[in-house]
Amino acid sequence: MANVFTRVGEWVNERAPNLAPTYRKHMTEYYAPKNFNLWYYFGSLALLVLVNQIVTGIFLTMNYKTSALEAFNSVEYIMRDVEWGWLIRYMHSTGASLFFIVVFLHMFRGLMYGSYKKPRELVWLLGMLIFLVLMAEAFMGYVLPWGNMSFWGAKVIISLFGTIPVIGSTLVEWIMGDFLPADATLNRFFALHVIALPIVLLLLVVLHLAALHEVGSNNPDGVEIKKGPKGNRWDDHKPADGIPFHPYYTVKDLVGVGFFLMIAAFIIFFAPTFGGWFLEHDNFIPANNLVTPTHIKPVWYFTPFYAILRMIPSLFGTAVWGVIAMFGAIVLLFLVPWIDRGQVRSIRYRGLGFKVLLFTFVVAFIALGAVGAGVIAEIMPSWEIFFGRVWTIVYFGFFLGLWAYTHFGWEKTKPVPERVTTHD
Amino acid sequence: MANEVVDHGRRRFLTITTAVVGGVGVVAAVVPFIKSWEPSARAKAAGAPVTADISKIEPGQKVTFAWRSQPVFVVNRTKDQLAALPSLDVRLTDPKSEVTDQQPKYAQNPTRSIKPEWLVVVGLCTHLGCVPDFEPVMKPEPFDPNWKGGFYCPCHKSRYDLAGRVFQGVPAPKNLPVPPYHFVDDNTIQIGVDPKEAG
Repeated sequence: MANVFTRVGEWVNERAPNLAPTYRKHMTEYYAPKNFNLWYYFGSLALLVLVNQIVTGIFLTMNYKTSALEAFNSVEYIMRDVEWGWLIRYMHSTGASLFFIVVFLHMFRGLMYGSYKKPRELVWLLGMLIFLVLMAEAFMGYVLPWGNMSFWGAKVIISLFGTIPVIGSTLVEWIMGDFLPADATLNRFFALHVIALPIVLLLLVVLHLAALHEVGSNNPDGVEIKKGPKGNRWDDHKPADGIPFHPYYTVKDLVGVGFFLMIAAFIIFFAPTFGGWFLEHDNFIPANNLVTPTHIKPVWYFTPFYAILRMIPSLFGTAVWGVIAMFGAIVLLFLVPWIDRGQVRSIRYRGLGFKVLLFTFVVAFIALGAVGAGVIAEIMPSWEIFFGRVWTIVYFGFFLGLWAYTHFGWEKTKPVPERVTTHD
Repeated sequence: MANEVVDHGRRRFLTITTAVVGGVGVVAAVVPFIKSWEPSARAKAAGAPVTADISKIEPGQKVTFAWRSQPVFVVNRTKDQLAALPSLDVRLTDPKSEVTDQQPKYAQNPTRSIKPEWLVVVGLCTHLGCVPDFEPVMKPEPFDPNWKGGFYCPCHKSRYDLAGRVFQGVPAPKNLPVPPYHFVDDNTIQIGVDPKEAG
């Protein structure tokens, strides 16, 4: 038997001599810093969730009906009548929320350890593009069950484009293919959700990883291991502080996968709607174009951006400002590598000001999430606007503060070690 | 072959013209795909005028009719409600209905209607298109202690008075639009057709 495998291997190798070296370059001879910590789980977990979304998504399309008349009932059919349909659908819907949890943590890791800094700007930009496409993908996926929140969520998000002067209303009709979100809208969103955007997403993920492997991974110390001493157990010319991605980090990541799947399974089996946060109650009612849900709100992962949209009043007879602010909140994240002028990467060796800024940014993000989800409107209605506007200012203040702090040389950094701190 | 002189100018000209012709072809090929996203003939045909019986709407009541799959509010306003309208002018963004796109000429008046008591507006918030709630009672509301009745959008808290005029300091920029409509007789209106067209 072994002989057969060897011969097949040799046969392939003769015809594709670059295959084995490519594998080694990205796996067994990709040297990653040896000091990765818990924060480094989320990249591989995002990949895991992506695979989950693709596999469960393919199986959902086998029973889903793309039609305004049938969509809602076909989802109920999947939930009630299709063998294990409920599991596949809950894996997909829970996967969507978990995707954003791991992506947010992955992005926070990047901010914390300065992984966006030179020479990794391209890795950051490609990652932000993934985030953008992921938001479009999630939004369109949420429309497909054609529940009442699907309908009104689609209405509100598409109407954002209607605030653009002059072309707005034509653009909205063009996106919807009707005067309201309708059958035409549902069908095109389905096409984009199941084929167009996933292809783009996969391509971006490949580019994100390719760009990462060109420059090598950052690490919690923000030290460039390629500039450190050379020679490790496997290769005399490779970084001393690097270890092969496979098997070391593949095995480490498997531990993360184990924990992650336990949490995911718990949610899928015991709290698939997560109290209305992962699947909103109003989406268990079929779409109705004449009745708006009492509290229209997007799924939790959009709420911080949605809150910014809500907090900006209209001026000069147009509501475009809130839309600009909301998209600006995302565009600024793209620009972080150039906003942050600091030379030190990791939070471990950065000034107190950076820590304070990053902390307030996280608080602002969560607070705005609470505003967008309507939590603040419930517990202190009269303070909602004030609260929301203050945290909107703090959100944008992070970028201004980070620029000023590093541009004017106010930051007092600590000395960065020569090598990662946990070498032997 | 090796002795032939390469004419770079000619080569560049051919490269550029080929690229331009190819580019025009690509752009032309994209047009049908873009146009395929516009509302189809069937969707446009569904936007026909709607006839509505308003005889059963009591004073103070609102009934919603569907026109072009959009909700159209028809409100029978009471005398008190109409009397309160002018007092709100100072708190409104466009009290005199000066944004002409938001209503036909015949509804550009203090009550924004053909007959004072009958309000006909498209019930979609001018912010992001939610359906505002009808809150007709004059009483202090959590969102406005001096509420004189009107519409309140649950999505982003935009407020309109009972003539569909938007308040200041809310996200919505414009008054609720008045659709074209006319009275067929005292008990019937037709939404989607101007009085002039109806002749």
